Amino acid sequence: MADEKTVIMDGAGVKRALTRISHEILERNKGLTNVVLIGIRSGGAFLATEIGTTLALIEGEKATVGAVDITLYRDDVSGQMPHLPVGKTEIPFSLEGKKVILVDDVLFTGRTIRAAMDALMDHGRPDSIQLAVLIDRGHRELPIRADFVGRNVPTSLRENVQVIFDSANTPVEVILEK
Amino acid sequence: MAEFKHKDIIALRDLTKEDIERLLTTAENMREINSRDIKKVPTLRGKTIINLFYESSTRTRTSFEIAGKRLSADTVNITPSSSSATKGETLADTALNLLAMKPDIIVMRHAVSGSHYFLSKKLPGCSIINAGDGTHEHPSQGLLDMLTMKDRFGKLDGLKVAIIGDITHSRVARSNIQGLTKLGSQIFLAGPPTMMPPGVELLGNVTVCGTMKEAIQDADVVMMLRIQQERQGKTLMPNAREYSRYFGLNPENIKLAKPDAIVMHPGPINRGVEMSSYVVDGDQSHVLKQVENGVAVRMAMLYHVCGGELE
Repeated sequence: MADEKTVIMDGAGVKRALTRISHEILERNKGLTNVVLIGIRSGGAFLATEIGTTLALIEGEKATVGAVDITLYRDDVSGQMPHLPVGKTEIPFSLEGKKVILVDDVLFTGRTIRAAMDALMDHGRPDSIQLAVLIDRGHRELPIRADFVGRNVPTSLRENVQVIFDSANTPVEVILEK
Repeated sequence: MAEFKHKDIIALRDLTKEDIERLLTTAENMREINSRDIKKVPTLRGKTIINLFYESSTRTRTSFEIAGKRLSADTVNITPSSSSATKGETLADTALNLLAMKPDIIVMRHAVSGSHYFLSKKLPGCSIINAGDGTHEHPSQGLLDMLTMKDRFGKLDGLKVAIIGDITHSRVARSNIQGLTKLGSQIFLAGPPTMMPPGVELLGNVTVCGTMKEAIQDADVVMMLRIQQERQGKTLMPNAREYSRYFGLNPENIKLAKPDAIVMHPGPINRGVEMSSYVVDGDQSHVLKQVENGVAVRMAMLYHVCGGELE
């Protein structure tokens, strides 16, 4: 599968996309009041931290950032042999009345987002959930769309899109594998 | 980290270091669920868990039941006083009858050591979890004890763990010895010679001490075992008072352990025999943390056996 690798976005490109998404988030929500960022483990959680840092730079106030692990909410748990390792969900604040920005690296079938929304609902009743993704590669299997998109990348089902992070969890590039 | 492929958890002896680490990590990450307002995840929806307890239990049975329910499985409890066992049904027949009801996991406690291996052979299509078998093992207790130690010290490697009391009849001690030695802890045992199984030091990094003082000297963990009157059959000690004098933990001898040592007990505690009330209720006591960790550990066990390979 990984015969051919193409870099479709480099580190600077990722940074620009995240900066634009940050501005869009602020514009849509009129600032950071009641806004919380929650990243989906593992890529989305790293990106949420990046966006949080950018938001703090623009607005001059700290953004609240959490992480959600969706393993226990997957719709294919009973098909997984052996069961996947369970990561840590870190939402040490209430979601009641919050505007949640859910962050993921690649939006594909939409099943991960469905699972993440179910997980968030179990933590309380947010005012709204908005979705921010770095890459939207299409092929949705559920009625889900993103509010903030870094780049739309048309792909075939045989291809694979991956966001690569370095050891400090900073995104370095996005690759397309054929 | 290696994948967890077992369909049964019968003894920590059967698991590798990686298997144990995987279970502990999952338990750590699942603990967050237990402090939410909505303490439930949909993971094991549609799975049926039968808790089959041939011996009395409050803590373990309740803990397994809560663990199953928090993962959205359906849990059913069967206790011998209300089951056909009192009418003379054999374990094999009970097992086949239960299997006809298509459970996914059977959690069993039984007085006969090794009965779970028998059950597992009879029921290849169902996961078996040992909730205590005779004087063999009690893996969920061993794991929750290890999680409690890991919480406090951040690691298990190099810890000095003293286990005091009736080692012979203690499945808790056996599971702890099996698990802890795999993860690099050092075990020091002390107890009346009548309650010390011969050859126990062959299990790994285990030292049998002549006195309790020797065992708890500079220990990180002091684990006290319950005197099991129901399993001992004949008297192995003169009386509770004398036992307490030589093998009881009190405000004096606990000073021999490290200043930040923790005190553990699998429960139920005979206050004034294994431990003085001062120690049970003291700052170093982690008894209730053990119970709290029990739910998370059992959730991890249920989750991983469901992903195990059925034969």
